Amino acid sequence: MNIALAVDDEVRHEAALPSASEAGPATKRVVVGYGFWIFLLSDIVMFSAFFAAYAVLAHATAGGPSGVQLFNQRSVAIETACLLASSYTCGLMSIAIGSRRYAATYWAALITFVLGAAFLVLELREFAGMIAIGAGPQRSAFLSAFFTLVGCHGLHVTAGLVWLTVMMAQVAIKGFRATVERRLLCFSLFWHALDIVWVWLFTVVYLMGVVS
Amino acid sequence: MSLLGKLSWSAIPFDQPIVMGATGGMVLAIVLVLGWITFKGYVPYLWREWLTSVDHKRIGIMYIILALIMLLRGFADAIMMRAQQALAAGGAQGYLPPEHFDQIFSAHGTIMIFFMAMPFVIGMMNFVVPLQLGVRDMAFPTLNSVALGLTASGILLVNISLAVGEFAKTGWVAYPPLSELQFSPGVGVDYYLWSLQISGVGTLMTGINFVATILKTRAPGMSYMRMPVFCWTSLAANLLIVAAFPVLTATLAMLLLDRYLGFHFFTIDGQGNAMMYVNLFWVWGHPEVYILVLPAFGIFSEVVSTFSGKPLFGYRSMVAATMAICVLSFVVWLHHFFTMGAGANVNGFFGVMTMIIAVPTGVKVFNWLFTMYGGRIRFTVPILWSIGFMVTFVIGGMTGVLMAVPPADFQLHNSLFLIAHFHNVIIGGTVFGLMAGYNYWFPKAFGFKLDERWGRASFWCWLIGFYLAFMPLYLLGLMGMTRRMQHYDVASWQPWLVVAAIGVVVILAGIVSQVIQLVVSIRDREQLKVTADPWNGRTLEWATASPPPAWNFAGLPQVRDVDAFWKKKQRERTQQAQPTKERKFEPIEVPKNSATGFIMAFFAVVTGFALIWHIWWMAGAGVIGIFLTMLAFAFRDEEEIEIPAEQIARFEQANRANQAEIAV
Repeated sequence: MNIALAVDDEVRHEAALPSASEAGPATKRVVVGYGFWIFLLSDIVMFSAFFAAYAVLAHATAGGPSGVQLFNQRSVAIETACLLASSYTCGLMSIAIGSRRYAATYWAALITFVLGAAFLVLELREFAGMIAIGAGPQRSAFLSAFFTLVGCHGLHVTAGLVWLTVMMAQVAIKGFRATVERRLLCFSLFWHALDIVWVWLFTVVYLMGVVS
Repeated sequence: MSLLGKLSWSAIPFDQPIVMGATGGMVLAIVLVLGWITFKGYVPYLWREWLTSVDHKRIGIMYIILALIMLLRGFADAIMMRAQQALAAGGAQGYLPPEHFDQIFSAHGTIMIFFMAMPFVIGMMNFVVPLQLGVRDMAFPTLNSVALGLTASGILLVNISLAVGEFAKTGWVAYPPLSELQFSPGVGVDYYLWSLQISGVGTLMTGINFVATILKTRAPGMSYMRMPVFCWTSLAANLLIVAAFPVLTATLAMLLLDRYLGFHFFTIDGQGNAMMYVNLFWVWGHPEVYILVLPAFGIFSEVVSTFSGKPLFGYRSMVAATMAICVLSFVVWLHHFFTMGAGANVNGFFGVMTMIIAVPTGVKVFNWLFTMYGGRIRFTVPILWSIGFMVTFVIGGMTGVLMAVPPADFQLHNSLFLIAHFHNVIIGGTVFGLMAGYNYWFPKAFGFKLDERWGRASFWCWLIGFYLAFMPLYLLGLMGMTRRMQHYDVASWQPWLVVAAIGVVVILAGIVSQVIQLVVSIRDREQLKVTADPWNGRTLEWATASPPPAWNFAGLPQVRDVDAFWKKKQRERTQQAQPTKERKFEPIEVPKNSATGFIMAFFAVVTGFALIWHIWWMAGAGVIGIFLTMLAFAFRDEEEIEIPAEQIARFEQANRANQAEIAV
């Protein structure tokens, strides 16, 4: 059920036929995974617009605090560790699904959920701390862009947690049937994509923000 | 804070007779239509066969119906503007006060781009692309139905703004700081923003759906270079949707945050940057132009080749030109605001790129001309639109290249010359293309042709009306008249504006002819009945019955060439008719109907309306409703239904008998 398996399937499928582009309609699983990739690309385009806005407004502090004064490197490092570790456990979950092991799936999902939730709690604490000292999104264009970019990622993580919960309910009620498996494939793609966005975010916002 | 947020009785403009008249007409029309449907007992049929249908053909037709209704609405705005400007010269103020006139031009642009052209193009692609690909449906049928629902929600919200509250007075681009709370405190801009956000999500879903459909589900044997050109241009348009619409979503989200939560993206205070909005808006906006026009290019390619009886000239160069435009459309956005003052080098770069993008477009025009050259052309209504397009679009293209020169643009920026230019390419390109497609594929959708005489009348009225209405605007632009003027002092402008107003009346005659064409054709449908292949077509949609069954093809066609159906007909002609073997049919799985799209649309309207009027509890309820709808969809057990082989065999037999009868 992980990505490597999905690719494998497709290669075998293609090898049996003269040309991939003449093979006729792809299997449902390929189509769903492919469509979700397209969605992820569009989501990354949306993030890139927020990144662009942040880059334009990064120094528009309107006399208010800048990133150097606000960002707490340690908290962000823990956040990053949580999110990256959750990606790893999400990968473990994919393997468990691939071998149809319910208990392992639930455990991996639970750890993924907890790590994701820990990330969110830390992020919200950072936001709350900033707002408490008067550095909320209304303070300056820089802070508007910061809260929107980071908050948008946070919203995605929240959506991911809700989705994961629903998926576990589906596994419990419906078992590993084809539709459920396809959705789990999409979920793991989504969760890994959030990591990629976070790596960029960490670099552009937190690292570059402290350097300059 | 009250239970209904900012909403109160004063939101309904009882004191404005024009608005109330329009509102009354709209409400009356809706009540009459709904009443008629209920009275006739069509509600269950409508619900079962259309509103909950996930069939791409039905969804496509519903998109086009929405688009045609919105064409009437947007056109009514156009008539009002032309009438106002024809009257309001010198001391005269016309009949529209400025705050009303401003809403009209904003609504006209918003409706025509987002709620007329977009649904029309998407509807056309929905109906045609899976048939041309030789498959049974879109990659994600229910998502398709949800996308339609969200588009309809956006449309409904814009139309509610006519009756409850107001619409934006900012122009269809809603540039800040004018569109910020400080200068536009009313709900007009909020109507604009939420209706575009909701329908934008739907458009993005459509884009994803089409990219997956075209790249992953084609009939066996249909390699990329055997795809019909309309599928290629649809692929390009949908790649642009996927890459451009998220930018619009992000940009409008920033403006919403400014307006609702006091952020400072584009405000004057807090070091906001209003020009960033303009940049981001056009990063979406320029690709949007090609999202609208590329599918039209595809329609012309199909029409020209079919009615010339020849394969398309330069198929490969057509594909290359389409994909070149697809990429280049992302590096020309700054030509919409050379006057921003980005400096000579930046302006120079974007000017040159803009001129370069005209090259692949020119390639296409020559391909169409060479396709017609030496062909045996049948002058049907679709080809008339195509020829009208070629002449008109080239003029519009040339004025575009003219404005790509930054110094010239400094003179023409925001003048009526610009207005004339983009109407010249959007009407001459997109609208003419959609009209050609409407006449071309109508018999496939309904099994009877549209009346030719009224079709020709409508074409000539549109063409002549277009030139009368927009050529004077080029002159007025050169004379210095800027856009969006509620009144003006220069008397010498008035005669030209009167000519333009007459032009709009001639276009109105074209639209009336189209309505009559539809009515007459429905009346005479028995005489106008067609076989599967009324135009001697070339692509796979003509291989199946008119109208096609829910499953499109009893067996997926095997494709060996570009123009698959044409080649198949040729082979059959040379091979001599063989005695038809008794065909064996297999049962077919088709996606099950789903009310998800309709229910989602309902909650989207509730949420949107609540957010516009700051009714927070209702917005929360709407969001929960959307979530629960998704949940219910995720937990349903049965996703597909099986159509038994006997039913398919019965349909095929009846269809053959029917074809033979018409042929006699």
